[in-house]
Amino acid sequence: MRPLERVNDFVVKFANVNGSGSASANGLFAKAVLRMGVPLAARNIFPSNIQGMPTWYEVRVVESGWRGRRGGVDLAVAMNPETWNADVAELEPGGYLLYDSTRPLTAGRMREDIVLLGVPLTGMCAQMYSDPRQRQLFKNIMYVGALAGLLHIEPEVIEKLLTEQYSGERKAPLLDANRAAFRRGYDFVNAELPPIGMRMERRDRVGERIFVDGNSAAALGAVYGGATVCAWYPITPSTSVAEAFKRYCQKLRVDPATGKNRFAIVQAEDELASIGMVVGAGWNGARAFTATSGPGISLMQEFIGLAYFAEIPAVLIDVQRGSPSTGMPTKTQQADVQSAAYASHGDTKHVLLFPEDPTEAFAMGAQAFDLADRLQTPVFLMLDLDIGMQDWLTEPFAWDDSRALDRGKVMSAKELEAGRDFGRYLDVDGDGIPYRTYPGTHAKRGAYFTRGTSKDRYARYTEEGAAYVDNMQRLLRKFESAKELVPAPVIEKSAQPAKAGVLWYGSTGAPMAEALAALEKRGIHLDRCRVRAFPFAEAIADFVAAHDRVFVVEQNRDAQLRGMLVNECGIAPEKLVAILHYDGAPLTARFVEREIAEKAAAFGLAFRDQVSEVRYQKVAGK
Amino acid sequence: MTYLAKPKLHHPSLPRNSLGFTRRDYEGPVSTLCAGCGHDSISAAIIQAFFELAIPPHKVAKLSGIGCSSKTPTYFLGQSHGFNTVHGRMPSVLTGANLANRDLIYLGISGDGDSASIGLGQFAHLMRRGVNMTYIVENNGVYGLTKGQFSATADRGSKSKAGYSNEDEPIDLVMLALTLGATFIARGFSGDKAQLVPLIKAAVQHKGAAIIDVVSPCVAFNNHPGSTKSYDYVRAHNETVNFLDYMPVREEIVDEAGPGSVTTVKLHDGGAIRVRRVAADYDPHNKVAVMGYLEAAREAGEVVTGLLYLDESAADLHDGQNTVERPLNALADAELVPGSAALAKLNAALR
Repeated sequence: MRPLERVNDFVVKFANVNGSGSASANGLFAKAVLRMGVPLAARNIFPSNIQGMPTWYEVRVVESGWRGRRGGVDLAVAMNPETWNADVAELEPGGYLLYDSTRPLTAGRMREDIVLLGVPLTGMCAQMYSDPRQRQLFKNIMYVGALAGLLHIEPEVIEKLLTEQYSGERKAPLLDANRAAFRRGYDFVNAELPPIGMRMERRDRVGERIFVDGNSAAALGAVYGGATVCAWYPITPSTSVAEAFKRYCQKLRVDPATGKNRFAIVQAEDELASIGMVVGAGWNGARAFTATSGPGISLMQEFIGLAYFAEIPAVLIDVQRGSPSTGMPTKTQQADVQSAAYASHGDTKHVLLFPEDPTEAFAMGAQAFDLADRLQTPVFLMLDLDIGMQDWLTEPFAWDDSRALDRGKVMSAKELEAGRDFGRYLDVDGDGIPYRTYPGTHAKRGAYFTRGTSKDRYARYTEEGAAYVDNMQRLLRKFESAKELVPAPVIEKSAQPAKAGVLWYGSTGAPMAEALAALEKRGIHLDRCRVRAFPFAEAIADFVAAHDRVFVVEQNRDAQLRGMLVNECGIAPEKLVAILHYDGAPLTARFVEREIAEKAAAFGLAFRDQVSEVRYQKVAGK
Repeated sequence: MTYLAKPKLHHPSLPRNSLGFTRRDYEGPVSTLCAGCGHDSISAAIIQAFFELAIPPHKVAKLSGIGCSSKTPTYFLGQSHGFNTVHGRMPSVLTGANLANRDLIYLGISGDGDSASIGLGQFAHLMRRGVNMTYIVENNGVYGLTKGQFSATADRGSKSKAGYSNEDEPIDLVMLALTLGATFIARGFSGDKAQLVPLIKAAVQHKGAAIIDVVSPCVAFNNHPGSTKSYDYVRAHNETVNFLDYMPVREEIVDEAGPGSVTTVKLHDGGAIRVRRVAADYDPHNKVAVMGYLEAAREAGEVVTGLLYLDESAADLHDGQNTVERPLNALADAELVPGSAALAKLNAALR
């Protein structure tokens, strides 16, 4: 057995019991890696439960900056007896197992091809602390100390992080106890254990990047986008959006002179009420949003149709999870794409935004409100659990102070007074977008009746077929106009001319750069198109037209975006090759590389290496 | 639709309120409901109440759900923005609208199907949140637009036009509102405009959740013998506990007891209502006593009308939210967008 030897490129996985206080210790480890100047990709893997079930935290230390999961584990911190066997089995050959050696391991349970690193965590904690809760909590900090010793993380880095974390009157008394636990673990491995083959070395590869989750980012985007009303109902994995919005508003949106809030947040009785409040506030000229997940979108269907047809701005943050039904609430998917795009009965189409990480969740989170006001329609910010609930190393949030909120076409009292013609559903500019008035604007002019029934251009009730069709056609023109307003796709050429392309959106982007680099090494060159919004810009159809085949990578069973591309852009289905991953775990580069390589070989798209040559022959029947 | 269009010209001698508006300025297009519908009487009472209160029509937002009752906002306050939302969910839309602009007057128009059946949940939460609005239920115990099915407020044992008997317990929205924390609760009868107009005026001036359950006979499907929501039945069983007079100026409070006595109650806006007692022992401030009284009347088959419960000390949704005085929809960019310097600090804390 050869122990693994790696510098700044390895996967550490913590196996914990949820509710044991491990999250803050694991977060401390991740931040220490970043403070060493080395990028990482970290993910929580957790059950739909509060206490007592297994939970894992996986940190991929990756100097090259890849963002996806790699797959496999090099060092396991096995703190949960219940998952012990699985955690041990998952280790790569030559990997390391850090375990609590207070009690001896039972013989016969251990693999021969891994390195055992026993640290008597329980024993040492029992010596140091008398309080049972402290004994539990400080075991976590102690294993961080042990890891720092093993992996050469500078202890000063952790000390500084602890000092930052335990500051202020309430927390400061905890600093010394934490420091002592960390030191005990650190000193133990230095004194008692031999060096291991994996270690960290200081670099300067993190730069200005920040470490944050997408739900917080989207919530902050809503603050910067001028949202004043948030109505929501708790649902995993979106709950932390509303909670973060509240936190940021309390910090940034309280009138300093009066202590009064420039925001309102209502935890509604259900998702129907949440979206109803958003629609009411939007109708009345406030920027409003809700945060939910797939089941919530299902419940909101009727109101979404009303908002589409009555043309009321609304922002919905959909943090997608494993579906259908209750599905896998704590797992990630991109399976709400079609149910959001065509939400409600009848002919409807909605604007969707696909941020790829927290940085874009912030930017699009703000932009969504401008788009909703400009287009007077619901706008979906499509996050998923992977973006929303995981901390990402991501570019810092940016804001241009010269930017003004775009309130769209709102007719003022002055314009009404001057006698400007107001037809609520009148297309005066040819872009399908009419003018609206806020209730209470003018004593005599501009009032109209908003309804979900059909109406004419002046908002008068009518069941006349021609007026109905006229209105529905204008709504289509409006959707066309949206193409120019939504974020454009990001299209990149391969280093070498390519006959095929690859297309993806949202969190699927995390492993793509790594996968494409690996594919290039195998002679498979692909042009790239990252879709950032629906309706699809013309450039997306052009991209597909310019290639023989385009792989569409997404995280659902039914190739939902691919289906939309076929229908919306009139693309021949055989041109779009679905690459699908939907088991609830984040996509890995290894998976994308393997799937694309196999299919590329089958289509004869690649300079074939030996492996794919064999597969190609098999498929071709040679 | 048997009505002729109303003439546009105003008669010069039409009375004007303190804003110079005539009653016509509070009207809307001609109703398309059945001739004799109780709902049209309620629309007329609303028009009269807002005219007398001299509220600028454009400062009112009228919202409704779906059903015959919910069609009526078209027929009054034509200069107000209106919103015919979805079935049973108007309360949430009204709540959101109220959050966006606390300066407007909110009028929710609903029916018994809209509020007590499909919308019972939203009705409940609207009341318990203390949204500052007047919520009028046009209660006829029947689904009119779909031609005569029972609603959830139909009394047990009452007969449908088709001859069926209702075997389910009725939902009493007044009793429900009492337990949910509504702070102005009244019941009226569409056939008694003299009682209804002051109730609407007082409800509009009340700060907090005000509900008026108005029994409003459906002439097409629920005005027959065997119905407990017919004109005849309600006239025969109407037990009025008090009458109101709304007074815009505060007067000395004179509190007396006994039938025919008058109590003056201050309202949030500085105005007051005078409550003229009919039932000697009825005290609308005593919630426990009110519940007992209503339950006894229900068992006796009486329809209790009047101002049934009032709590003028209540806080509303905006008090709970601690929102700024200026409407949220009128805040400027600078009050909403924290800017790049604040963002730089947030970024720094995430490294």
